[in-house]
Amino acid sequence: MDTPLVSIQAVHKRFGDLEVLRGVSLDVARGEVICIIGPSGSGKSTLLRCVNALVRPESGRITVAGIDVTAAKLDPIALRRRVGMVFQQYNLFPHRTALQNVMMAPVSVLKQDKREVEARARALMAKVRLQGKEGAYPGELSGGQQQRVAIARSLCMQPDVMLFDEVTAALDPETVKEVLVTIRDLAEEGMTCLLVTHEMGFARDLADHVYFTDRGVIVEHAPPAEFFGNPKDARTREFLGQVL
Amino acid sequence: MTDLPVLLPFRPPTPRPGLEFLDGRWIAYLALAILLAAGAAQAQGTPAAESAFSVILKWTPLIGSGFLLNILISVIAMAAGTLIGLALGLCQISLLPPVRAGSWLVTQFFRNAPWLVMLFYCIFMLPFRITVFGEVVEIPNWVRATIGLTLPVMANVSEIVRGAVQSLPHGQWEAAESLAFTRGQTLRQVILPQCLKRMLPPWMNLYAIVIMSTPLTSIVGVEEAMTLTRGALNAERRGDLLIPMYGALLLAFFVYCWPIARLTRWLEQRNQVRV
Ligand SMILES: Nc1ncnc2c1ncn2[C@@H]1O[C@H](COP(=O)(O)OP(=O)(O)OP(=O)(O)O)[C@@H](O)[C@H]1O
Ligand SMILES: [Mg+2]
Repeated sequence: MDTPLVSIQAVHKRFGDLEVLRGVSLDVARGEVICIIGPSGSGKSTLLRCVNALVRPESGRITVAGIDVTAAKLDPIALRRRVGMVFQQYNLFPHRTALQNVMMAPVSVLKQDKREVEARARALMAKVRLQGKEGAYPGELSGGQQQRVAIARSLCMQPDVMLFDEVTAALDPETVKEVLVTIRDLAEEGMTCLLVTHEMGFARDLADHVYFTDRGVIVEHAPPAEFFGNPKDARTREFLGQVL
Repeated sequence: MTDLPVLLPFRPPTPRPGLEFLDGRWIAYLALAILLAAGAAQAQGTPAAESAFSVILKWTPLIGSGFLLNILISVIAMAAGTLIGLALGLCQISLLPPVRAGSWLVTQFFRNAPWLVMLFYCIFMLPFRITVFGEVVEIPNWVRATIGLTLPVMANVSEIVRGAVQSLPHGQWEAAESLAFTRGQTLRQVILPQCLKRMLPPWMNLYAIVIMSTPLTSIVGVEEAMTLTRGALNAERRGDLLIPMYGALLLAFFVYCWPIARLTRWLEQRNQVRV
């Protein structure tokens, strides 16, 4: 196998007295989709946020596309151009239209040509099935629509990796599907994805590999058929018993 | 956070949305009260005495020019205080602890000092004249008084900025950071544009307070409307004119401030509907 696109090795992170990550390691190859599942507070979000340096771990090593994320002199801007992140709460910029949200970062951060970016942004709006909503403000869109704009916004930076942190957790059951379909399309096109999710069916169908975290460590990981079909650890079985 | 000590805008019992924030009724009531007072003064005065109404009319051009000075002082103090206060407010959310602490201290100090005391300080501490390129330039009283009012405006704007920035959800920062925005870009393109709308009503409230506080400058001898009204009363030597003349001054302030208060209220309501 090639060198992994995302490599996380023995990462530790604490907030005050709370050890949130206690030696987490995982590798993600280019084009791979991994799902991270686990109980609330087990450090899933913290792990994802270490990957784009929103959180800086105390020890361990993370590399993304050749960038040493844990280097003391990390250029976070260079890193974040390569890593897209989508949040549970969408976090669209409410004072800008959907299209402007998608265009802002490439135009002002990457200094790309505005017309080029606009063409790309419109294509992405179509791809997330939101043609005709380009001029709408976030407040005028449903949760599912906002989340798809947020995905398009991250994609417009043309990242190598996408991080999804429980992106359907704030949505109504009916709109969860439209967002999952968007992510599925993306995965099928070969985008490397790290997903934190509570959607077990989605993880089973889409993931190349599933990780189960509990109290800051990876308890068990396996391809989905094995992970869901024959979980080995007692904690995994207990968790799956609760959510399935 | 933005509750300011001197005056809050009048809240009508049944708030009505829409652009009819200019409610003429109250102005009419006040004008009527002044007319009645003027009539009473007329009745008490000696038969030969000039009517209170015509005395007020006679002095209106002079006192009106003084009122223009009140407006000028308030506008300059507000403009300068807003510019400095914006910078100070941004320093309050700086990532550098010394900058944050220093600007916090300055803000707290000037926000919690009586306006009149600051006015006295500026009047008596600032130089009366300065030498620029060999030329001696007199600094008039009203300029020093304006500087004195700029200080509390600055501190209050600083707090308005800090409050508005902190009222935005943290996710806005994180989303911008994840999109590789620098901190400066995040502030300019994401945070401040959203803050402006939130800052406008408290900022206009502050302006109303500033214009109301300009008569304080009469205590330190600035020839604004209050000083001139007192001067006119001294010249007329008629105690019965006291109430109508000061009433007319009140009316002038009221007519100027009322639309601002209504507009502020309207903006507040509009923001509430949107957010
Ligand atoms: N910035 C922070 N400061 C202090 N504590 C934090 C911070 N971020 C997270 N934590 C704590 O770290 C622990 C792990 O948080 P994290 O968000 O990574 O969990 P999670 O697995 O994503 O949980 P959930 O499923 O609820 O999202 C929690 O107890 C949380 O309160
Ligand atoms: Mg989480």
